[in-house]
Amino acid sequence: MSAITIIARLTFREAIRRRIMLAGLVLGIAFVIIYSIGTHFIFEQIAADTAANMPSQMTANILKAESTNAFMMMGLYAATFLSIAMAALLGADTLAGEINSGTIQTIATKPIRRADIVLGKWLGFTGLLGLYVLLLCGGIVLSTFIQSGYIPQNLLIGLGLIYSESVLIMTITLMLSSAFPALATGGIVFGLYGLAFIGGWVEQFGALLQNDTAIKVGIITSLLIPSESLWRRAAFEMQAPITGSFGSPFTTTSVPSPLMMGYAFLYLIVVLVIAVRIFQSRDL
Amino acid sequence: MTNAIETNQLRKVFGDYAAVKGLTLQVKQGEVFGFLGPNGAGKTTSMKMLLGLIGPTSGEASLLSQPIGNREAMRRVGFLPEHFRFQEWLTADEFMLLHGQLLGMKQDDLRQRRDELLERVGLTPFRKKHLRTFSKGMLQRVGLAQALLNRPALVFLDEPTSGLDPVGRRLVRDVIREVRVQGTAIFLNSHLLSEIEVTCDRVAFIQHGEVVRVLELASLSSDQTSVTIRVSDLAPESLNGLSQWGREIQRDGEFVHMIIASDKVLPEVTRYLVSQKAEVYSITPNRMSLEDIFIETVGKDGGL
Repeated sequence: MSAITIIARLTFREAIRRRIMLAGLVLGIAFVIIYSIGTHFIFEQIAADTAANMPSQMTANILKAESTNAFMMMGLYAATFLSIAMAALLGADTLAGEINSGTIQTIATKPIRRADIVLGKWLGFTGLLGLYVLLLCGGIVLSTFIQSGYIPQNLLIGLGLIYSESVLIMTITLMLSSAFPALATGGIVFGLYGLAFIGGWVEQFGALLQNDTAIKVGIITSLLIPSESLWRRAAFEMQAPITGSFGSPFTTTSVPSPLMMGYAFLYLIVVLVIAVRIFQSRDL
Repeated sequence: MTNAIETNQLRKVFGDYAAVKGLTLQVKQGEVFGFLGPNGAGKTTSMKMLLGLIGPTSGEASLLSQPIGNREAMRRVGFLPEHFRFQEWLTADEFMLLHGQLLGMKQDDLRQRRDELLERVGLTPFRKKHLRTFSKGMLQRVGLAQALLNRPALVFLDEPTSGLDPVGRRLVRDVIREVRVQGTAIFLNSHLLSEIEVTCDRVAFIQHGEVVRVLELASLSSDQTSVTIRVSDLAPESLNGLSQWGREIQRDGEFVHMIIASDKVLPEVTRYLVSQKAEVYSITPNRMSLEDIFIETVGKDGGL
């Protein structure tokens, strides 16, 4: 078994033993249940209203699909936020905490590369986040499908992008955690996330009002931290045509280009390499 | 024979504070080397540099003939850090397996070695318990077991008996002797003189980040032995006669203290006293203690 695999398995086991998995599972299920209960009544109402008031069956169907999609996107947006919070929480304490407590010393003096420690943890967290995103987003999509028979377009691409966003945030957290204490790491990550979020909004409004400067501000923010652009591309991929034309945080009017997606993935790899480099050169 | 550890002017500066000023020393294969100094003298920093945890500012060092940080060398090194901390959510069994896997040990060998070592440190009954339920002494024991998993050629122990009860301290001492017999070199950081005195072959005194003296401990017992003789009916002229074997002769009631060059003269001293019709109850040689030498070397202020 390679050192990376050993560390990745250890990371997984730690999440189980320290009940992080359990907490994520219980709250994730609660999240999906509340979404399901809420949308159950809303969808019922929509079905009744459209059936009574719409001139034709076709208009009724379009409106139903549009509104179902809007609620699903709202749920997915909340799920994305929770995944990001989970990503930051998992990554913040890991290297910083083990350096601080000295736990890392017996690990780092084994015949393994320091890079193996960082990459092993990264791999472990990537797996954990995969399960978490699958539980939250999968739960929402499945619940929507069972209730209304609706499946959004480009579902897998959309979920993949949401997952990538959480992995990106986790990677940034891991990098910061190799240099700063846990609390500072958490603070910086949420600050950066806030920056990306507000930058995204500025770009959205810029697009609605056709203001180029606002759009540019958004793009520059996305270059600094491309997390929000991954969500907006995911929303664009999955959203229904009419809903997408209204500006809201759950939808996208200014669509991040495939080039921006490529940039986001490159960014992720570079951040991971920097995380390894910092950890390799620091005193433990 | 090559040395287990060799350092040349190893130096570590934190900001404008030199924690280790220029460490030059050799530790032979199979010897127990004590690294003794007051708190804050740079012992842990030195050890961490040798283990590759801290990068030296300048200087060089080798472990088992490889430059520090070499992975092949680390395969044959064991380490018990000070204030040993670890994955407290693992059981003792899992903890040992984890560390053995990281050492790249084969599954069968690892399981056998784990069982042996847990038994040796007396933790077999607690092997299925989580480490978070362990006392400080038990953690130190499992940490020691972990350091010996790979049958290392060189073991680093940083204050291994700190926080241990007398039974635990005895266990650590015994284990050190056992692994020494198997040819393992041991680098022992300690500020406890008695611990160094009973376990080490050689000792380096470190103060303000520098080695100020290296001493063979075996030589302590033969040179410069003081002896206490409990005797009665000793005539004053007979007392003066003792000066042919020693100096600084002092009488204190029925106790006579003197310093002799070697304990080889003790049988002669005994015959002399008997021939002078003195009643001899005991003759006790006292080695000049490491503590005396330590205080003499670092000064009474402990090098502060």
